Amino acid sequence: MSEPVSALGHASFDGFARIREIGPLGMLTLRARPDVAGLTAALAAIGVTRPEPRRMALTGERGCGWMSPDEYLVILPYDEANAAMAALSQQLSGEHHLVANVSDARAVFRIEGAKATQVLAKLMPVDFATLAPGELRRSRAAQTAAAIWAEGDGFTLVCFRSVAQYMMGLLSHSAMPGSELF
Amino acid sequence: MSTRLQKGGRLIDRSRALEFSFNGKRLMGFQGDTLASALLANDQMLLGRSFKYHRPRGLVASGAEEPNALVNLGTGARHEPNQRTTTTELFAGATATSQNHWPSLEFDLGAVNSWFARFLPGGFYYKTFIHPRFAWKHIFEPIIRQSAGLGKAPREKDADRYEQAYAFCDVLVAGGGIAGLQAALAAAGEGARVILLEQAPVWGGRAPVDGDVIDGQPAETWVKATIEALGKMGNVTLKTRCMVAGVYDHGYVLAEERVADHTPGDGRPKKRLWRIRATRIVAATGAIERPLSFAGNDIPGVMLASAVRDYVTNWAVSPGDRTVVVTNNDDAYRTALALREAGLSVPCIIDARSNADGPLPQRARALGIRVETGKAIAWVKGGKRVTGVALCLQAGEGAPLEEIGCDAVAMSGGWSPVVHLWSHCGGKLTWDAAQAMFRPDATRPPTSHDGQALVFAAGAANGALTAAEALADAARAGASAFGKQPGPHAQAAVSIEAPLEPVWIMPQGAGPGLKMKMWLDPQNDVKVSDVQLAAREGYESVEHTKRYTTLGMATDQGKLSNINGLAVLAGALNTEIPNVGTTTFRPPYAPVTIGALAGESRGDIFQPLRRSPIHGWHETHNAHFEPVGLWRRPYCFPVGGETHQQAVNREILAVRSGVGMLDASTLGKLIVKGPDAGRFLDMLYTNVMSTLPVGKCRYGLMCNEQGFLSDDGVVVRLSEDTWLCHTTTGGADRIHAHMEDWLQCEWWDWQVYVANVTEQYAQIAVAGPRARQLLERLGGMDVGKDSLPFMTHAEGTLGNFPVRVYRISFSGELSYEIAVPASLGLALWERLIEAGRDLGVIPYGTEAMHVMRAEKGFIMIGDETDGTVIPQDLNLDWAISRKKADYLGKRGQERTHLASPDRWKLAGFETLDGSVIPDGAYIIAPGVNDNGQRNTQGRVTSTYYSPTLKKGIAMGLIRGGLKRMGEVVEFNTVSGGTVRARVVDPVFYDKEGEKQNV
Amino acid sequence: MLTLECPYCGVMAEETELAPGGEAHLKRVGPGSTPEEFEAYMFARKNPKGVHFERWRHAYGCGKWFLAARCTATLEVFGTYPAQCSAPPQALQDKIRARRPDWKGF
Repeated sequence: MSEPVSALGHASFDGFARIREIGPLGMLTLRARPDVAGLTAALAAIGVTRPEPRRMALTGERGCGWMSPDEYLVILPYDEANAAMAALSQQLSGEHHLVANVSDARAVFRIEGAKATQVLAKLMPVDFATLAPGELRRSRAAQTAAAIWAEGDGFTLVCFRSVAQYMMGLLSHSAMPGSELF
Repeated sequence: MSTRLQKGGRLIDRSRALEFSFNGKRLMGFQGDTLASALLANDQMLLGRSFKYHRPRGLVASGAEEPNALVNLGTGARHEPNQRTTTTELFAGATATSQNHWPSLEFDLGAVNSWFARFLPGGFYYKTFIHPRFAWKHIFEPIIRQSAGLGKAPREKDADRYEQAYAFCDVLVAGGGIAGLQAALAAAGEGARVILLEQAPVWGGRAPVDGDVIDGQPAETWVKATIEALGKMGNVTLKTRCMVAGVYDHGYVLAEERVADHTPGDGRPKKRLWRIRATRIVAATGAIERPLSFAGNDIPGVMLASAVRDYVTNWAVSPGDRTVVVTNNDDAYRTALALREAGLSVPCIIDARSNADGPLPQRARALGIRVETGKAIAWVKGGKRVTGVALCLQAGEGAPLEEIGCDAVAMSGGWSPVVHLWSHCGGKLTWDAAQAMFRPDATRPPTSHDGQALVFAAGAANGALTAAEALADAARAGASAFGKQPGPHAQAAVSIEAPLEPVWIMPQGAGPGLKMKMWLDPQNDVKVSDVQLAAREGYESVEHTKRYTTLGMATDQGKLSNINGLAVLAGALNTEIPNVGTTTFRPPYAPVTIGALAGESRGDIFQPLRRSPIHGWHETHNAHFEPVGLWRRPYCFPVGGETHQQAVNREILAVRSGVGMLDASTLGKLIVKGPDAGRFLDMLYTNVMSTLPVGKCRYGLMCNEQGFLSDDGVVVRLSEDTWLCHTTTGGADRIHAHMEDWLQCEWWDWQVYVANVTEQYAQIAVAGPRARQLLERLGGMDVGKDSLPFMTHAEGTLGNFPVRVYRISFSGELSYEIAVPASLGLALWERLIEAGRDLGVIPYGTEAMHVMRAEKGFIMIGDETDGTVIPQDLNLDWAISRKKADYLGKRGQERTHLASPDRWKLAGFETLDGSVIPDGAYIIAPGVNDNGQRNTQGRVTSTYYSPTLKKGIAMGLIRGGLKRMGEVVEFNTVSGGTVRARVVDPVFYDKEGEKQNV
Repeated sequence: MLTLECPYCGVMAEETELAPGGEAHLKRVGPGSTPEEFEAYMFARKNPKGVHFERWRHAYGCGKWFLAARCTATLEVFGTYPAQCSAPPQALQDKIRARRPDWKGF
């Protein structure tokens, strides 16, 4: 078997912010109602914290994001995704839920630097000034769906793998030197 | 002559000279000039020609309201037509050319039109070009198109880039004059998040030009201090060169920032479109001075009084040595005073009012300026340039009392608040008779999502024309916009001005000869006489009159002409101005570049093209792509000098005789799981999916509630409570949304979850008699006939790749579809290509797939269906459960029309001569319909050349369907003839299905 | 361009993040319904000038369908609420009546 490859082979661009494609990351989609018994424990068992609504709970290289009232996004190392999926299914057996490995369905970008917000403000109808600490925001970037959260010295952005090249184009265009908003 | 004055000019930096050109002439300006002020400083009074009569046109205004001074700016890939010189900042190397003339600006043949002006009145186009009918298309339109239009459309791809940005605020203040500054201060002081935008490069608006005194300091000093104070507030964002173009529902605001207009080629985006969501908006957009309607008011050199003042004060440009001021108000006296202060001559102030005794007129008289009250301009003398005016009585008919020589005329008919932003979302206006203006009616504001006022007008935009009133009004507006009571605000020295006297025609008793020379809209050549003619011809609605006469339809959108025009219309209709009303104010306030509206969406990122994990391989292997939704899929892979048709034929034959590979990654893949998943799928599909055994695959159809076929695909049962639904390439997101809709809104108590895993997997179809042989070479799982029979699936590994293999076939051959995690998709594809090299494996594209499925009589969503076709029309009754009490579409399909035996139903067609029926051809029926067109009884839905069968094959819908088998029918062809074809079974190849089941 | 607050995730979403779904609170009729009943379900829409209830999906956000009550003439939004109900919440109906006394009711 070959090594898994990210959509763009870690393309990057240096503008007034730095754009990097990273990944592939391990990602699971978990559908379950919030009142499902053992949900918090099941997530804890795979090393992530159950997030508050609209939050991304990061713990090291793992994380768990609240995607909707009955959907979570689990982030973990790529190689651990299948085992974690099996563990979750095991923990939640008997409860109505769905867990799917979506590690390969996504592209992940880092937008870094003091003006990273400005790159995203050109693309997303999101009021970044009111973004709460740890908030996971699902919206669109120009014409395609995207989810973002603040992390480190910038943001992590997740989109569908098929539009990775479009997203890289958008982010690079928006980070062009000299095009700072303020 | 207009010229640069030796001293003064608050906006120019004389130490920084800039060279530019106009019509090839090299000219000099200064940093801080607008293109207009620089041209005027170079005595370039004549700047263009009017639209209809090609009359000479010069500067009228100094801002966005300028109707005349439009130029072609830049060359080649940076060429832009119709740029307003008054809002274009001068930069070194700017190249401008004048517009709308032939052969030259100075000598324009089109000007003969004006000799025939008598024959080109309002509504001329409608009246003249009606008959004969053919002449419009062949004679009139080509000629009019040749001579009409302003600037030249750019021919090259735009060298600049553009972008957009989102912003949010509590209070957006549009306009950076003193009212805007005060409003921003009031709102920001209360803690509001404020965005303050000014269209010009400098703050302060008119107050510094008008010499206002605020808080005991010159306005300019106060403006500077206030901007500094605002800039230090963390809750305030300031932008100059940023025009608010429009206000939309729920506080959505578009603003255009001219980022690098004045520094072309410096790598920054030329323009940026701001998409702002403001809770409340303060419209501090000022007011625009109105022209006066007197004969010859379109001659270059006749300008707005405020504009003359701007050119003298801001840019130290004299419009001429001698300027006559003509007015109906006190404000214009400021222009006379400014001219005198600059050392220029004002031969006369012509005031239409019978008295002018306020402080400003008294100051003028004290300086020895001649003031003539109760007087008017009978006509302006001059051709390409003003040479003098004829003085007459305003009350009379225009008999000249005296001629006064001059080089320029500064006119003022009063001021009109800029109510555009107030009006865009439905704010109503009220007529202020005292000031002769429409101003915002605060009791009828535009409202936002909460039903509360969205826009607050402030300052001159609200009819508060003096600095003192404007500041108080703006403090109120700024605080109110944030739901607060106004606090203390800046105080301006009170200036006492006598009321104006409305003057709509000068002199009031002017006869037809003079009225034909009184321009309302100088760009589109609409005159007082045109509006009056329209009224005589029965036009009463101002909206109709606008379109009939083209009044206000020029690029300035009636900023100068609107009020004068409707006042003239009211006069002609013998009614009051408010009864006539205004035309509708629509965004944008001033033109916005299309590039800014497109933003980043051009070139490679025009749209989010979707690429499969194997896309790069296709590119390097000469794939010809076709769009399927936003995906780009290989249509075929030409080799050597092959045509696409040759490549497709080769690919088909290779699959049918050997083995081929198709990138099927784009197929939609939806996991449906839960205790009620089977029940749910039984409602969604026309057949029964709940009984599908684990490990099996079943083809299914989905319909909408109307019964029409919406999508199809193979459903796979993965486990007791989990199914995987394949959708069409274009259907994945749509069907996912469709499922969520029914689960969330109708059957919300059913326990079902859906996950869209389309992009998790690359999917590779391996098809052809040697397909199994190829897979076996990779090793791993057993893909034999008995362990993995047709219409089953299994999980395992192939060459160590973790895969799920489906034994399904869309080609009719032995076929496997292999799903592998997307990040391994390319590697598996390359492994298969490598492993199959000696088997002759080839990649094939979507067209080969299409032809092969047509050879098998398989339908294709979008070819055989168009949203009006039910499965029964396609002989798919076998895939419709008769046992189920209900499924989506069942009731719809029971409708009498859909159950009619007369429906067009699917059949196959073979032409008698073996040719290919043209795409979209109809089957001719006897007789003609009510429109004289031939009747039809069916149409082709899929038509191809089959390299397998070496003849044209087709599927189509025909009245009666397969009951017509054997009949010969006629399809129309593009050339107007027909082609004869026999109705046949739509399965052309391997009717028993033996090849796919081996 | 409208803004609506998604009642599921609380995001104040703009129209470009939403997908419209037409009139709310339609009652599905299936097999066994008369042609008139089916026609009414399929095609007859109120399309009022004034208070209206409609379906929206937070398509670029949490993906949930929700319902909105708004005035089609002024675009005033009276409220948004989850889709899992067959009539608007009473509190919302009371609010609408307060804002639009001549409203004929749901």
